[in-house]
Amino acid sequence: MEKKEKIGVYVCHCGTNIAGVVNVGEVSNWAAENLKDQGVVVSRDYKFMCSSLGQELIQKDIKEQGLTRVVVAACSPHLHEATFRNACKGADLNPYLCELVSIREQASWIHTDKVAATEKSKALISGGVARVVHNEPLEPLHVPIHPATLVVGGGIAGIQAALEIADAGFHVYLVEREPSVGGHMAQFDKTFPTLDCSACILTPRMVQVGSHPNITLLTYSEVEKVDGYVGNFVVSIRKRARSVDEASCTGCGICWEKCPKKVVDDVFEAGMGNRKAVYVPFPQAVPKYPVIDRENCTFYIKGTCKACEKFCPTNSIKFDQEDEIINVEVGNVILATGYDAFDARRITQYGYGRLANVFTSLEFERLSNAAGPTSGNIVLRDGKTAPKVVGIVHCVGSRDKNYNEYCSAICCMQSLKFAHLVHERTGAEIYNFYIDIRTPAKGYEEFYHRLLDEGTHFVRGKVAEISDAVRLPGEEGKLIIQVEDTLTGNQLRVPVDMAILSVGLEPRRDAKNVAKQFGISCSSDGWLIERHPKLDPVATVTEGIYIAGCVQGPKDIPASVAQGAAAAARVLGKIQQKEIALEPIRASIREEQCSGCRICNNVCPFNAILFHEDKMVSEVNPALCQGCGTCVAACPAGAISGTGFSNQQILSQIEGLMLLNIKTQIDTVPA
Amino acid sequence: MTEDTKTFEPTIIGFTCNWCSYRAADMAGTARMKYAPNVRLIRLMCSGRLDPTFVLKAFASGADAVLISGCHPGDCHYIEQNYKALRRYHLLKRVLGQLGVEPGRLKLLWASAAEGAIFAAEINKFVEEVRALGPLNYNKYPLAVQAHGMVGTEVPA
Repeated sequence: MEKKEKIGVYVCHCGTNIAGVVNVGEVSNWAAENLKDQGVVVSRDYKFMCSSLGQELIQKDIKEQGLTRVVVAACSPHLHEATFRNACKGADLNPYLCELVSIREQASWIHTDKVAATEKSKALISGGVARVVHNEPLEPLHVPIHPATLVVGGGIAGIQAALEIADAGFHVYLVEREPSVGGHMAQFDKTFPTLDCSACILTPRMVQVGSHPNITLLTYSEVEKVDGYVGNFVVSIRKRARSVDEASCTGCGICWEKCPKKVVDDVFEAGMGNRKAVYVPFPQAVPKYPVIDRENCTFYIKGTCKACEKFCPTNSIKFDQEDEIINVEVGNVILATGYDAFDARRITQYGYGRLANVFTSLEFERLSNAAGPTSGNIVLRDGKTAPKVVGIVHCVGSRDKNYNEYCSAICCMQSLKFAHLVHERTGAEIYNFYIDIRTPAKGYEEFYHRLLDEGTHFVRGKVAEISDAVRLPGEEGKLIIQVEDTLTGNQLRVPVDMAILSVGLEPRRDAKNVAKQFGISCSSDGWLIERHPKLDPVATVTEGIYIAGCVQGPKDIPASVAQGAAAAARVLGKIQQKEIALEPIRASIREEQCSGCRICNNVCPFNAILFHEDKMVSEVNPALCQGCGTCVAACPAGAISGTGFSNQQILSQIEGLMLLNIKTQIDTVPA
Repeated sequence: MTEDTKTFEPTIIGFTCNWCSYRAADMAGTARMKYAPNVRLIRLMCSGRLDPTFVLKAFASGADAVLISGCHPGDCHYIEQNYKALRRYHLLKRVLGQLGVEPGRLKLLWASAAEGAIFAAEINKFVEEVRALGPLNYNKYPLAVQAHGMVGTEVPA
């Protein structure tokens, strides 16, 4: 090495998070003494390196001691790499000359053996020091941010996000799979704990979304393909054929009035009601144009009928309409694809699907909805008998290791809401079977007390079985709920007329595919993972992709709305920056070393490598390169270098890591 | 297992990708899962960045074993680059055998960002496997096996 680097090593205590296991003082001293030959001129430990005092410590050394490289041994680079790079930048040292070594997630938090953790920390720092010598000063790439945004999912979270961005003056493409926006909230009658009419507060928002000049609403559509990166995504959207010309359709409703084909509506009516083969899911649907369900339409099955076409006053029925692929350019994406309700059939002992008067929560929502199949009359499956005794079973498919371990967060309040509605409309006797009552938000506990005052029975115990097998007098014709009351220790058999299963929330069945499509991850439960569970709840690890609502985890309407707005705020912040700094981790080809073999051309999944036929050499397009480094590893001539992760950096890091041998834990041999 | 291999502490170099496997390690840390201190990780952007020479360099520098870790097939942040890592892994297994290094000293582990527990458990398992192999020793590994250098070849105890 011609020029000797001057390296500063900073070992963080992180309170006791690191210092409680790793002997930070020893590590710091060891680095000062044993890594001198590698260029370490100063090594310090400090209680909280990420604090402003800690950062100032580093900045002072850079200025006073003329440091040319900095190694910070602290937490994961995913947490504080940016913090320390900025600190270096503040002291006029190129931020990429700072290297973070994780001795918290990689040592103190995962080891109990203090000696081993301390020795490992030394080795990791040695690796970091060996690597940082070869770090190069880099400048981030600045790319413009496309001001449009894609919002996927037209439930309340997606609607909120779209409106916030559109109201701020930027364009939004809102993509919804179903024929109408509204999501699950449109199916509900009342919302807890205020008992607002769900449709009354939702439909104005839906109308706004449908008519906003800054929103392009694409319903009955799905994202097919996503290319590009933050600021510059290109998204292909498949707009499925509605078989209806949106330009001329007035939504008058004659087609679905005349359509002779009745279909059970499994989506919006949760199987409780019918729709026609040409339909809008519900009267206030946005947009107002119907859809022909080709799987059930007589014309598509038999080739005759066309009643809708005959009666349509504007000639808007187009049987030969085809799917359309729409390509849009957007700078950011918000995923708000929501949840699926737990399938109650999976818990066979609860009898759903076998016992007629066992209902799911979604079915009850439709049953109690004034616009639902019974006009809001709460009746048994026969369509006329009002129940005299109703049992509501909590935690169906939630808080149960056989199904989902997590709490679905909304079921307690949902069950209390149901109890209130049953009480109000039928005067029936109501039993709630719960494990714990969880009402932790504004006005929720008060609602619970209101229910107690209404005389609802609360039985603490997990329901074992719902059956129609009569054993005792008085059980004839009833559903019997078998449960242990864990507060009294008694086994109970509670005869009821109607049982409502308060089913939990599950990730959408295709959530994994959505995650893959947008380059983010799912938790082991299947919910999309946020960048940080506390401090960055709507961002993801992929820049430019945000999440909102139940796609991130079970939550109620207020929380979904809050996340929708939060995601919009994050996107607006990005748009206002006008351009974004991308990590300058890119591959580049040294032309004189390139043999023109074109191996790299084929390993690049982003088509970022061009081949110049005239010069017979390849070249990397830095705007397309994502920095994975595969071509660097694949080049047989070693002609490709990858900034930030060069061969020299990694090979040196390997040497540095092996400086200390775990076997002996003594006799370190500085090179 | 001899007395030696019982007390032997292997040093293992691990390569992870930035998106899934390094985050699995982070998650194991955040959840305070405890596992063996024998692995020292190097973060790459993608397991596809793994140049086979990195593995050879690790062995040459004295590592007893090498771990390669990336996103699950189909989950790669860079679409499909972990498949390149998979190919190199199979190639390396053969080459290592031919060089006189037991192929069991190289492990491939797919771990998603949510699989901290799996990451920790697999590392513990690998450390025990390498402990049983003993320190890296080219001469111990029989020439007959070296010549074939077949993937998955049983390694004599």
